[in-house]
Amino acid sequence: MSNDDCTIRVEEVHKRFGSLEVLKGVSVSVTRGEVIVVMGPSGSGKTTLIRCMNLLEEPDSGTVSVCGRVISCGPGCKGRERAREIREIRTRAAMVFQQFNLFPHMTALENIIEGPLSVRGLRRPDAIALGERLLARVGLAEKRDEHPARLSGGQKQRVAIARALAMEPEVILFDEPTSALDPELHLEVLQVIRELADEGMTMVVVTHEVQFAREAADRVLFMDDGHILEEAPPADFFANPRHARARTFLRLVAHTSEPLEHAEEPPLPLHTG
Amino acid sequence: MDLLGESFPMLLKGLWMTLMLGVVSFVIGCVLGAAIAMARLSSPLPVRIVMWCYVALFRGTPLLIQVFLIYFGLPQLGVDIPPIQSAILAFSLYASAYLSEHFRAAIVGVDKGQWEAANSLGMSYPRMLRRVIFPQAVRLATPSVSGQFIHLIKDTSLASVITVVELTRVAESVGTASFEYMQAFLIAAAAYLLINTTLTLGQGLLERRMEKAYA
Repeated sequence: MSNDDCTIRVEEVHKRFGSLEVLKGVSVSVTRGEVIVVMGPSGSGKTTLIRCMNLLEEPDSGTVSVCGRVISCGPGCKGRERAREIREIRTRAAMVFQQFNLFPHMTALENIIEGPLSVRGLRRPDAIALGERLLARVGLAEKRDEHPARLSGGQKQRVAIARALAMEPEVILFDEPTSALDPELHLEVLQVIRELADEGMTMVVVTHEVQFAREAADRVLFMDDGHILEEAPPADFFANPRHARARTFLRLVAHTSEPLEHAEEPPLPLHTG
Repeated sequence: MDLLGESFPMLLKGLWMTLMLGVVSFVIGCVLGAAIAMARLSSPLPVRIVMWCYVALFRGTPLLIQVFLIYFGLPQLGVDIPPIQSAILAFSLYASAYLSEHFRAAIVGVDKGQWEAANSLGMSYPRMLRRVIFPQAVRLATPSVSGQFIHLIKDTSLASVITVVELTRVAESVGTASFEYMQAFLIAAAAYLLINTTLTLGQGLLERRMEKAYA
């Protein structure tokens, strides 16, 4: 956490997969401490947008910078130098995936300390201490030595969040973190994300969780067809979305997802597996 | 059963040679195969083309022809390799072509999300392979690689045609000497079966152990 003015800047990013243009010139900047929720119908480009923010997808054109770091090496420069620049950006922008993507051959703790050991160069005892602290923070201290196969979906996602935190990133990117979970497990994950937001962690969250967006977001981005259609504080966005597409989308989401009326209550009892 | 008693020492020698040919060729084949698999996954195009040709060549021609080319053909070019070494060379190259495909399939078969998770942690490519991809690929490759080992054990019988005294060769000479062909070859068949059944059981054990490591 060296840079006090660490901003993610996405400028005029275009991305196409084959003949399909997924991002059609998207610009957004995320300032330190900000929580941004990205919403939009499937295929609107929201997942691609956050994947561009840590260069899991490389934009076809436009620039992405994380805390001022960009891929400076142009088309002529390939190989090691470029790979190193990309890796550096990725360590600053951690990712939490819809499908968790925990390493199945490692325990919960090993999953969390892999990055600190392999990438940050922490000493093993320090990494373990960090890992244990983070497990406790996501409420899973007692699952330290369990493999992912023994964890519920909600527990897996919380371990994945701890794994992202272990990199001490500048920003955490959440790609539909609750979409693969049974409805009764959403809350325990959202609770953890909520706490991070309250602690001032910079986050970009792709989600359809309206209640979460209302309560935690500083800004909501609504994407449609590769563009950012609306960009507003949640109160404005949900009260009066300006575009018909956004209104339709919100009506559909309201129908399909249960409102989280009890978000203040503690998470449901944990599955013991 | 008399035949078994009389020729037991010879058969044992043959069995030992068969095992040696199989194990040594398998180990060399694995090392070569792993190198080929990696080269095919992450190398400049010319290297990949060469590797593709190598695999096509050794998978697309009969092993017996490869054995003959090395043992009978190479001496014409001034390269004289003794029988046992010729057999090992042929078996290793042949196995490496197949094994490289098994390894490649296993690596490619590791869930895409695993690569992405490792990537998003900022892990370097070698580190990612070693810590995340290989441990999972090994598990995926185990059935097909064990199958290849079993094939190889049986294929070592081809060494008999270039005078290597292994199980098949011993059975043949025991049969010729005693005219008890049926018995001699049945004994050899039983020995192969014994080795391969042991391997199959070992594979099952290995798979169960790996299964456990995930839970």
